[in-house]
Amino acid sequence: MAVPEWLLGIVRKLEIALNSGDTTVAQSSPLAGKKRKANKTRGWIPRVIKPVVFVLSLVPIVLLAISVFTGNAGANPIETVERDTGEWTLRFICLTLFATPLANLFKSAWPKRLRRMIGLFAFFYAAMHLLSFLWLDHWFAWSDILADILKRPYITVGFLSFLILLPLAVTSNRWAVKRLARRWAALHRWVYVAAVLGVIHFVWLTKGDQLEPVVYLLILIGLLAYRLVALLKADKA
Amino acid sequence: MYNPEKKSALIPSSEITDEAVFRQRRTLIKASMTGAAGALLGYSAGVTANTSATGFRTSEELTSKKTVTTYNNFYELGTDKGDPARYADRLVTDPWSVEIDGECNKPGKLTLEDVLKPHDIEERIYRLRCVEAWSMVIPWNGFSLGDLLKRFEPNGNAKYVAFETIVDERLPGQRVPVLEWPYREGLRMDEAMHPLTMIATGVYGEDMPNQNGAPLRLVVPWKYGFKSIKSIVRISFTEKQPPTSWNMSAPHEYGFYSNVNPEVSHPRWSQAKERRLAGESKGISSLFTPKVDTAFLNGYADQVASLYTDMDLKKHF
Repeated sequence: MAVPEWLLGIVRKLEIALNSGDTTVAQSSPLAGKKRKANKTRGWIPRVIKPVVFVLSLVPIVLLAISVFTGNAGANPIETVERDTGEWTLRFICLTLFATPLANLFKSAWPKRLRRMIGLFAFFYAAMHLLSFLWLDHWFAWSDILADILKRPYITVGFLSFLILLPLAVTSNRWAVKRLARRWAALHRWVYVAAVLGVIHFVWLTKGDQLEPVVYLLILIGLLAYRLVALLKADKA
Repeated sequence: MYNPEKKSALIPSSEITDEAVFRQRRTLIKASMTGAAGALLGYSAGVTANTSATGFRTSEELTSKKTVTTYNNFYELGTDKGDPARYADRLVTDPWSVEIDGECNKPGKLTLEDVLKPHDIEERIYRLRCVEAWSMVIPWNGFSLGDLLKRFEPNGNAKYVAFETIVDERLPGQRVPVLEWPYREGLRMDEAMHPLTMIATGVYGEDMPNQNGAPLRLVVPWKYGFKSIKSIVRISFTEKQPPTSWNMSAPHEYGFYSNVNPEVSHPRWSQAKERRLAGESKGISSLFTPKVDTAFLNGYADQVASLYTDMDLKKHF
């Protein structure tokens, strides 16, 4: 996973040049001390990257809405909506898990600074996914829904995954981070469980061709293995 | 909009301008030429009058031709619903022959022409229920499988009929071992001989599109769709129950019989309801259509329930 020195150099220079007030690169930034108070509004990441990522994160649901409105969502639009929102949930969860390895790889904190927003989008797509299941699929027929959740293991694990994401989304604000202090990190490690359950949900609902769910499974295993290796290294040291 | 009722005898044939009926002219002419169905009007009226009561023509709203020909499960061409239409040209149907073997007096290899020659092509409108809990209403063109099978004079040992789909290196889906190729299906002899069981050669009055299983496929309307094997190249009469693809792939999920049954769940999902894919998808309203209840034997219980009187259908799913 070694990144060439020249690439690291470019990344760091870019950060210093553009990210004038970012405390996370404070040590290397000559301006860090003076402009600490301006962090929130004047850094490169909050000013440019965050809005861009925010808009990009909405693209999937906008495209989905357009395809539905124009009658291009296929012969089974409800299935398309359920599948699309479900897959984007998994993608966003995976993206949040990429933040730590990327941050380490580039020796930079900017991936972690986008993580909360991406995590909240994972929750947003999960909520859309659940809503399409409750409404479009079941028309809020609660007894049928309950039976499905209890009797169909793929729905059980999918629902559990959502239940895990819910408190994570609720405690993603600054106040909760401060309030929960150390427990916050422990709570948010549950995202690993939510991710694993989400992928199992995909594997169990798929008929025949398991290629796509297995790709997600491999990505997730890779991301978890990365943490395990880091944990073992930390133990040794 | 295709409306099969337009072919009723009440309307003079000269006034029929429906594109689908027009396109069906070959089928209709063929039917009248064989003499069995008589004149064009006679054929149309006859089918409607004689067979609607016995399940041959449901009057439910048809699934649009676009949906029927673009939303398919035909893993030989790929596992996405759009793949079969996308890669339809990879299936080469000319020349085509069907091998007949096993427990019969007249085995042999027949060209497609020889297979079809003696049969009157008629239109039947069947419900099709997929094991994935969606369904369609499809106007097929074809004839009863039993009429074909009789020609080969199955002997006393023939208890089952087995079918195989073409294997061809040009088929993109067959490069992936999603299922064990060739695709295999089978029926008990009495199921195969039931008049509802048909060999379909067309849909919506046109020759069968490749993605729907050209040039000839099985249609068994009271069983889950995967039993209706596509692009058949081999028919074998067997004494023992033949292996079938989805059963080989996941025996606890897909049984040999695979009769549509709302009471018997798929191990992973319910079969009590189905999503009826009716017309074209119409914007936002396409999202707000409730599922409908699935009927025992897909609504063909009156015709075929007697085939299973002494069987535990939960055990023989």
